[in-house]
Amino acid sequence: MSILGNRVLRREDPKFLTVGGTYVGDIPIEGALHASFVRSSLAHGRIESVDLEEAVAAPGVVAVYTAADLGLAPLAPMGLLNQEMKRPLLAEGVVRYVGEPIALILAESPAAAVDAAEAVIVDYEPLEAVVDPSQALEGGVLLFPEAGTNVVFDLSSEEDPELFSGCEVVVSQRIVNQRLAPCPLEVRSAAAEMVEGRLRFYASTQGAHGVKDELCSALGLPPEQVHVISPDVGGGFGAKGGPYVEELLIGWCARETGRPVRWTESRSESMLGLGHGRAQIQQVTIGGTRSGRIEAYRLSILQDSGGYADVGAVLPFLTRQMTPGVYDIERVEFHSRSVLTNTMPTVAYRGAGRPEATAAIERAVDCFAAAAGLDPAEVRRANFIPKASFPHTTAMGTEYDSGDYEKAFDLALEMAGYDELRAEQERRRQRGDRCQLGIGLSSYVEITAPVSGGEFGAVEVRPDGKVIVRTGTSPHGQGHATAWSMIVAEQMGVPLEQIEVIHGDTDIVPRGGGTGGSRSLQLGGSAVHKAAVDVVERARRLAADELEANPDDIVLDRSLGLFHVAGTPAITKSWAELGAASLEREGEPLAAETDFEHPGSTFPFGTHVAVVEIDTETGQTRLVRHIAVDDAGRIMNPLLAEGQVHGGVAQGAAQALLEEFVYDTEGNPLTTNLADYSFISAAELPSFETAFTETPTSRNPLGSKGIGESGTIGSTPAVHNAVVDALAHLGVRHVDMPATPERVWRAIREAKGAA
Amino acid sequence: MSLELEITLNGKKVAAEVEERTLLVHFIRDVAGLKGTNIGCDTTSCGACTVLLDGRSVKSCTLLAAQAEGRQVTTIEGLSPEAGDGSDPAASERMHPVQRAFHENHGLQCGYCTPGMVLAIASLIDEAEPGTLDEEAIRLGLEGNLCRCTGYHNIVAAALAAARQTGAARR
Repeated sequence: MSILGNRVLRREDPKFLTVGGTYVGDIPIEGALHASFVRSSLAHGRIESVDLEEAVAAPGVVAVYTAADLGLAPLAPMGLLNQEMKRPLLAEGVVRYVGEPIALILAESPAAAVDAAEAVIVDYEPLEAVVDPSQALEGGVLLFPEAGTNVVFDLSSEEDPELFSGCEVVVSQRIVNQRLAPCPLEVRSAAAEMVEGRLRFYASTQGAHGVKDELCSALGLPPEQVHVISPDVGGGFGAKGGPYVEELLIGWCARETGRPVRWTESRSESMLGLGHGRAQIQQVTIGGTRSGRIEAYRLSILQDSGGYADVGAVLPFLTRQMTPGVYDIERVEFHSRSVLTNTMPTVAYRGAGRPEATAAIERAVDCFAAAAGLDPAEVRRANFIPKASFPHTTAMGTEYDSGDYEKAFDLALEMAGYDELRAEQERRRQRGDRCQLGIGLSSYVEITAPVSGGEFGAVEVRPDGKVIVRTGTSPHGQGHATAWSMIVAEQMGVPLEQIEVIHGDTDIVPRGGGTGGSRSLQLGGSAVHKAAVDVVERARRLAADELEANPDDIVLDRSLGLFHVAGTPAITKSWAELGAASLEREGEPLAAETDFEHPGSTFPFGTHVAVVEIDTETGQTRLVRHIAVDDAGRIMNPLLAEGQVHGGVAQGAAQALLEEFVYDTEGNPLTTNLADYSFISAAELPSFETAFTETPTSRNPLGSKGIGESGTIGSTPAVHNAVVDALAHLGVRHVDMPATPERVWRAIREAKGAA
Repeated sequence: MSLELEITLNGKKVAAEVEERTLLVHFIRDVAGLKGTNIGCDTTSCGACTVLLDGRSVKSCTLLAAQAEGRQVTTIEGLSPEAGDGSDPAASERMHPVQRAFHENHGLQCGYCTPGMVLAIASLIDEAEPGTLDEEAIRLGLEGNLCRCTGYHNIVAAALAAARQTGAARR
């Protein structure tokens, strides 16, 4: 019987439950200096002077650095982006957002470092700040005057004036996909030390190899001189996808001083220093027939990139690929411009560009249904890309691998009891109840492992029978140790307890793409699978030699983990025996390494149904049910897959109802800690109702697609649509996210006023 | 200014001279060297630093170490010392019911909020009148413990499972 598809409990758990994980800040390093940063308190300004005198003289201070001391080249933006907008590691002459690092203190204790940072006096000449991306686009205030524009990435073209011609119903809506703070529970933390002439760097990251590459590039070091280790990582959600300037500087400091250096930010610092997510202003227009057929759709985006050109600037590229979502729409247009503003740079955040696409099309479909006077469920059903047409190439040129959108949709509606919910809604409306019911739908498709590049996997059998698996993925909660063990156990017939999974050490794992974009299972899992298959093949040949038989006659009894000649199961060779035999006969371990590349990204999909109750007198909104039917191809471990969905749904609901990172018009951040930022809690959520349909992909041997971000992508528009749906009979057509009580209350008031 | 403190930490007396402003969480992590207790914020919002003080859950970032003078503090390392450090499966069988329920219900992912969550739930169950804890009470009781990974679904399931075992769950 296959172990795959079973609810195998996590092998990782006992350590976390008994003594806790070992995060970067927990690693003991003798004699380490502590770093702290002097950060800009101004959103935009020229640095007139930095007075370090008091800080340098403060007790315990070992060194103080500003940009002039570094001698490091500024970081160039990614290839697709405007190359004029380079980022210095410490602010040079100009600050471009509140929180930008200006100086770095090294001291003998964390307290001494923080005290000294506070003693640094920065004199600024304030410059006008631009916070609104629409104003940034106009270019009245430029962050890089030499570039002559704030536009960092442009995917716009001429609009087709005929796009909606012939459409009987056309609706437009402006939608704000607000700025969010990713908020992993573990903030950023780094430590570095010189060990035998090499830089050893401890990173809280989603990929040690990426950190290594960037350290090498920023500090001008050859790869063999850098060793990156990522121990346990307390969440990333995309925002720990690559190292930040602070982390690169910790590496620089260890080399500069020859002493170990460590840094752990505070949460308040993290809110200003860990990249933000989303931050798109969208304009949608959708058109079709009165009977509900969608014929044309246009999405125009203004992406807020923040003060520098980081990952966020390029995310519209992913939004673009997913523009029409699950619908078969003939005419589709996409435009986007990413602009710099005087705010924290934006980066990837769970979904990274795809939730924004889904939010836009799913709101648009509801707006269209409302304008046509149709049930949003019927409009969706009438426009799904049919099952028979996969692989399907959309009007944007994206090739979806496999799908059965109606199946997931039907199951979600059935689980929700959709018709009964509508009846209950109608009863409440008829009675004029204070507490109204809203039902929100979202049918999504997303792209997982969207960035090209393979993944490393290796399997080695030790002479004691222990199996060592090395992976280039970088789990930080996803449970790869358990899932990869299951994949290997399945192929080799060894018990899970005999398998050890190693990741996050660039000296032990030669290559790796890390974990992000829901890539791990389909690439890393497939690599491990392939390596296990190869090891079995090698072992078969060894067993043939040992048993003096033809390799073709050797079978692996997976229930026992023993090789024997077909027909004579009494004489066997164990994995341990073959592991030893390989060393003896061939002088090398019984092992296989592979780099798995897939022929294309995969496209998981599903339908979420959210049910909200709204107190129409106070605007108080409560998510009372959330039904998620997700299809990520073959599910390796439902327990882990559900866990991914649960977390994603909570983050998605948080965006719809609660969370927003807010700046005032001068670029002062207003939500700089977890008291002011509405991080969603257990008290604001129900238990979720989840199910999977399984439509396999042919793009990897496991038949699996990514599941890490689907929950967020599917849930946000479902909850958002539910809020508007609850108020539709009052005349409300749209409420921007987060649908806070105040916003909902105002929307009701305005609709009443208009009526 | 510094002062001398003695705190009973997981059953062992730990004495040290510390700065007056030392928070309990820093005493636990930096003086006693127990790294299972995590710090997730600076506004007493997240609960990652939750420990038991004389058996009841407190946020150790919100107390001065001095306030724990002469008292009993239990951290995740002390909840079921007989369960070891997770490396021995046989010992792990002896985890506290809340720890076991977290394992069986997949109540943790990255693990950062976990020590605080486990202790908060242990305290919630311990303090509840028998037969009273339901999902709503658990959700309200955990409002001060934030998790970014699990969406709380399996944490609540684990808490309910553990509460059923001890008889605290609503019948």
